[in-house]
Amino acid sequence: MPKPEILDPQGKAVLGALPRLGFTGVTDVRQGKRFELEVEGELTEEVLEQVREMAATLLSNPVIEDFTVAVETTPAAVETVS
Amino acid sequence: MKVGVVTFPGSLDDVDAQRAVRVGGHEAVALWHGEHDLRGVDAVILPGGFSYGDYLRCGAISRFSPVMAEVIEAAGKGMPVLGICNGFQILCESHLLPGALIRNDHRKFVCRDQRLRIENVDTPWTSAYAAGAEITVPLKNGEGGFVADEATLDRLEGEGRVVARYLDHNPNGSLRDIAGITNERGNVVGLMPHPEHAVESLTGPGTEGLGFFTSLVERVLA
Repeated sequence: MPKPEILDPQGKAVLGALPRLGFTGVTDVRQGKRFELEVEGELTEEVLEQVREMAATLLSNPVIEDFTVAVETTPAAVETVS
Repeated sequence: MKVGVVTFPGSLDDVDAQRAVRVGGHEAVALWHGEHDLRGVDAVILPGGFSYGDYLRCGAISRFSPVMAEVIEAAGKGMPVLGICNGFQILCESHLLPGALIRNDHRKFVCRDQRLRIENVDTPWTSAYAAGAEITVPLKNGEGGFVADEATLDRLEGEGRVVARYLDHNPNGSLRDIAGITNERGNVVGLMPHPEHAVESLTGPGTEGLGFFTSLVERVLA
C-alpha cells in the first residue's frame, strides 16, 4: 500500500467516481497492490523470510510503500497435503 | 569523453540521448541492459522511456538488470551518471538517489515545454550553466511527481542537492517543485525533464538543454 503520507492519485480517481455511480458515504480510497506467490514445498519460517525479503527489495518500494505478508493455503495445496 | 547510453527494453530516448552526447562534443557508446559491461565509458546516461513497460513500478525491474550492477558500482566510485525521466526513476529505485517518482497529482500524462532553474552547477552534468540559469526543455511524463519524506527534502535543500526546480508551474505535483536532484557526492544526477530534446534549434524549444552534455568536457578541462 502507498504510505499514508504519500499522495495516491489512483485512489483519488476511484473516490471521485463512486458518488457518480450513486455510492455515497465513502470518505477516502487508497489503492494498493496484491501479489500471490506460490512456493515449492513446505512454507517454513525460512521461506517466509525469503518472501519478506522479496517484498522489501522488488515487490514494494519501501520509500513510498508499506507491505504485509499473509499466508493462505489454497484448496489444491490442502488436497496435496491430505 | 566516452559517454555510454543504456538501452533497456522499452527505452525510447536512447537514440536522442546518444545524439545529444555527440552534439555536446563527446563519443556516444551504446550500452545494453543485458550485459555486465560498461565498455570503458567515462560516464553513463540512463535515458527516458518505459523500460519493462513500467510494470510493477517505473524503473523497478530495470534496476536489477545486469548493466545496472556495473552502473551502481561505477557510480559508487564517482563515475558521472545522469538519469533522465525513466532514468531518474531507475536511479531512485536503485537507491543511488533518495525519494521516488509517483503518478502525476492531476493523473494525466503531461507533455510541454517547461521552464526550469538550474540551482546546482557543481555537478559534472551542470557545470556549463551559470548558477540560477533559467532554461526551457521538454517535459513528458505520467509518473513524474517527486516525493520524499520531509527530513529528506530538508536535507536535499540544505545540502544544495536540488539540481533543478520547476518554474512558473508545477507540472506533476513534485514536492517543493523539485525537477532534479543529485547524490551526496554530486556525481549522480536525476532529472525528470528532457535536456536531450533541446540541443538543436531545428527540433525542440531551443538549445538550452545542451549544457547537460557539454558540462562533462568543461569539467575535464578545468
